[in-house]
Amino acid sequence: MFRDAALVAGKDLRVEWRSRVTINQVAPFAVLVLILFAFALDPDRGVLQQATAGLFWVAVLFSALLAVQRAFAIESVDGNRDALRLSGLDPAGIFLGKASAVALELAGLEALLLVGVVVLYSTTLSGWLLLVTTCVVATIGLAAAGSLYGVLAAGLRVRETLLPLLLLPVVAPVLLGATRAFEAAFGQTTADGWSWVGLLTTFAVIYVAFGVLAFGSLLEES
Amino acid sequence: MEPVVKDAVVHLRAAVSLLGRFPALAGLDLDVGRGEVVLVQGSNGAGKTTLLRTCAGLIPVSSGEAIVLGCDLTVAADRGAVRRRVGLLGHATGLYDDLTVTDNVRFWARACGATKQEADAALAVLGLDGRLADVVVAKLSAGQRRRTSLAALVARRSELWLLDEPHAGLDQAGRDVVDKLIRSAAAAGATVIVASHELDRAGAIADRTVTIAGGTVVTPSAPSAPHSPHDSTPHDPAPPPPPPPPDPTRKPEVLGVP
Repeated sequence: MFRDAALVAGKDLRVEWRSRVTINQVAPFAVLVLILFAFALDPDRGVLQQATAGLFWVAVLFSALLAVQRAFAIESVDGNRDALRLSGLDPAGIFLGKASAVALELAGLEALLLVGVVVLYSTTLSGWLLLVTTCVVATIGLAAAGSLYGVLAAGLRVRETLLPLLLLPVVAPVLLGATRAFEAAFGQTTADGWSWVGLLTTFAVIYVAFGVLAFGSLLEES
Repeated sequence: MEPVVKDAVVHLRAAVSLLGRFPALAGLDLDVGRGEVVLVQGSNGAGKTTLLRTCAGLIPVSSGEAIVLGCDLTVAADRGAVRRRVGLLGHATGLYDDLTVTDNVRFWARACGATKQEADAALAVLGLDGRLADVVVAKLSAGQRRRTSLAALVARRSELWLLDEPHAGLDQAGRDVVDKLIRSAAAAGATVIVASHELDRAGAIADRTVTIAGGTVVTPSAPSAPHSPHDSTPHDPAPPPPPPPPDPTRKPEVLGVP
């Protein structure tokens, strides 16, 4: 399973590196979202700074939607999904591989967005351990849930519009937990943030486990 | 009724496969023996592609008997098992546009447990080891994409080759290579089912021809003796590697590329 996961993740990352979609389209989109929020809230920079955590994670969510759609769009063309089904790859390995690739792309985007909130929102980053831990577990949860719903929508002609409708309500706990944890980190009250990290960890564990078990059936039905 | 073939790799009796509610296979009988090359002909919509996809385990068999490589295709778990042992070349190529020819073939080869060397050998068989090796698939012509897909099929070393219009889009040299691959695969013990409208070319390499219409066999032909391994044409430049003996350290011979 882990060999297959590494193979699929390597392939997906190579596809992204060659196509430059994440670098040339998703990353600029994420930064643009931050800039637009800055324009919208500029008259009161105090509000902007207070909302930094939420705006950061909203930008991450939107970017995650694009990354997941892209990850499954490449499997939806030219018979690639059938090829995957015939490949002999362990479906759980395919799930872990695709989720890992999405998670790595999101991690890069989050690093870029953190620089963005420092530059655009004049945010002072603090509570680094809590920040990094929050990013790691939230990213795993987003990537796992995204991959699960991504394959569910992949076989449908309306997948581009359906995926946000399916995924955004499901990942609301990630938005809530990660935002609260970031607020605690920024406010130097890290003790409050760790309970939210617990929620994020639970979410990630559930979706990784569910994905490992259910991805094969969803790939079959998609 | 289709004549019974001893040691049948494909055994279908009154097999029904539904596409939605439409019976694309409507009680089809077919037996194909080990090492045979069978041409399946029929008009558009006759059920040729559905037959191949059913044999690959991609479409469930809702009623009748369907045994492929000893796997019962009416059972979901067996459909998963048979997929690892067949190679399907369909209308789609199953290639990633943003990856190079080499990346694609190596990925699908490694997915079925083949080594990098086996993938590179398959690239050489299809003449893709030169300047095309590092070209991204999106920049290839239709024929070059087809050859790339065939290279992945060769690397897979399947026991059952299911080829849907394998000559489509290929130039004369490419078609000759396909013919030699089919002959070599059969000579090495693989079974080949070819669905094609190019009856002259495909018929010349087939042991027998089966005509289907409306999802059933209408004119079965008597099965011939399977190829002997010594039947291989001596002029074959680079025959595909034969299905290897069982190796407990390697996954079953598979191919993921349709």
